[in-house]
Amino acid sequence: MEYIIIVISAVFVNNIVLAQFLGICPFLGVSNKTETAFGMGASVLFVMTLATIVTYLVQVFVLVPLNLAFLQTISFILIIAALVQMLEIILKKVSPTLYQALGIYLPLITTNCAVMGVAILVIKKDFNLTESVVFAVANAIGFALALVIFSGIREQLALADVPKGMKGIPIALVTAGILALAFMGFAGLV
Amino acid sequence: MAKKESTFKNMTIALFVITAVAGLALSAVYSVTKEPIAASQKAKINNAIKMVIPEFETILDTVLMPDEGKDSIRIHRLLKGSENSGMAVQTYTDNGFSGRFTLMVGFMPDGSISNIEVLEHKETPGLGTKMVLPAFKDQFKGIKIAEIPGEKLKVKKDGGTVDAITAATISSRAFCDAVNRAYATNKKGEKQ
Amino acid sequence: MNQVNNFTKGFFRENPILVLLLGTCPTLAVTSSAINGLGMGLATTFVLFMSNVFISMIKGFVPDKVRIPAFVVVIASFVTVVDLLMQAYTPALSKQLGIFIPLIVVNCIVLGRAEAFAAKNNILSSAIDGLGMGLGFAMALVILGGIREMLGAGSLFGYKFIAESADGILVFILAPGAFITLGFLIAILRKLNKTS
Repeated sequence: MEYIIIVISAVFVNNIVLAQFLGICPFLGVSNKTETAFGMGASVLFVMTLATIVTYLVQVFVLVPLNLAFLQTISFILIIAALVQMLEIILKKVSPTLYQALGIYLPLITTNCAVMGVAILVIKKDFNLTESVVFAVANAIGFALALVIFSGIREQLALADVPKGMKGIPIALVTAGILALAFMGFAGLV
Repeated sequence: MAKKESTFKNMTIALFVITAVAGLALSAVYSVTKEPIAASQKAKINNAIKMVIPEFETILDTVLMPDEGKDSIRIHRLLKGSENSGMAVQTYTDNGFSGRFTLMVGFMPDGSISNIEVLEHKETPGLGTKMVLPAFKDQFKGIKIAEIPGEKLKVKKDGGTVDAITAATISSRAFCDAVNRAYATNKKGEKQ
Repeated sequence: MNQVNNFTKGFFRENPILVLLLGTCPTLAVTSSAINGLGMGLATTFVLFMSNVFISMIKGFVPDKVRIPAFVVVIASFVTVVDLLMQAYTPALSKQLGIFIPLIVVNCIVLGRAEAFAAKNNILSSAIDGLGMGLGFAMALVILGGIREMLGAGSLFGYKFIAESADGILVFILAPGAFITLGFLIAILRKLNKTS
């Protein structure tokens, strides 16, 4: 039951992009097309889940016992960077088309605050390993959800008659704001 | 300056040196800041205790598990000489609008609430955040929970006597939940 | 290199957030008040300055293939330094900024400047670039934070200029307000940059 609350909270109530402000760069950068949005969402799901597991284990079994908790930032970011490298190599072999489509956004998952943010959050929230994995997967789903919804809207927006000064990023941000407003309706759900 | 060749040896040495230097530098900064960090955390708690029970000389700490709740409660018993000056209880609720928030509740020796300080919270600005204002908090002063039927504070909407914050019923309810937890755990502790 | 231009480019022409669109996550998250924006801006400036200087110093010794991990270690170290210093000496601000302080390590501005500038320029230029970009970022954060705080809470840097118990237009200090205000700010700066 606890897990359902974690999931609903992460996907809707505290959506990682629209409420927690993590993962904005790819959110604005990759959301032009729904297809790429899906691909990015899937990659983030993979990296986020794996990264959370590894960073959690490192925190619990290495950093804390050795009193090196202050090395959390360095070790976490290096783990994430390594995982993204791995993902690049795997994608190149398994799906070269997706690899091309994601382009520069793939290595940018390393600097995706969502991945690092979730890794730090599970430590702060004192989750156990299973809760952490559920949290990570749920947040990745929330990220993908926001991304896909947003890309759908942006595809329509590209055809609309937007005032010249607001074209592109400004109108995208205002739209994201309205989307965030909509998601606020989920507050109090759990 | 010519760039170094990316031979395996060069790469490993470079990374090793950089990481080692970084590690050492950070250990140094860590040992310097360790004490100030611990001190400021302690100061925050002590300040909160002073806000709820202003007069005391010594503090005795106990940690208890509440009947309902995930985490333990810290009870500070305050003494002046050998006389009981009151209890300051660090309590929490997980029912806040944005999750957990923590309070310091002060109980006078006669069981009435002296004052309440909000320690940490993430409630919505303009709504739940109003719980830190005297306009909301002060209504709890002097209340003896022992004399309330059911020994639980409730908002008026739930049949109780607490005036909730307009449009922030969830935060107000959670506030009562935290205070009730403080009272119940303190009572449990006094029986032991 | 014209150091004056180097320093000032970060404020308007190449403002990291308003023009280059880097560092959006912390920008949206910490600008619910002007003071938080200022704190984050200064913390980021410290990291930018120090990491630019260091990376410029070591750029000759780092083999090309490992330069990104090496830069990340340097940046992460300075972020940890700022994190520890803030926890020790400005605990209230540290609590307010929360996880966004360790998240400076993934702030694209820092790695971006390291890669694009510090790795290719001398120490003095890199230092000034870091300082200019950082302060430009800080300026944007304070402006955004100031607007949101004034509209949303009726105060500026904590000084309330409406009635004590009155509220502002709350949506501005909440998530939607962040997105919308930033959108308009970018549009305005775009217009200014075009006409200047």
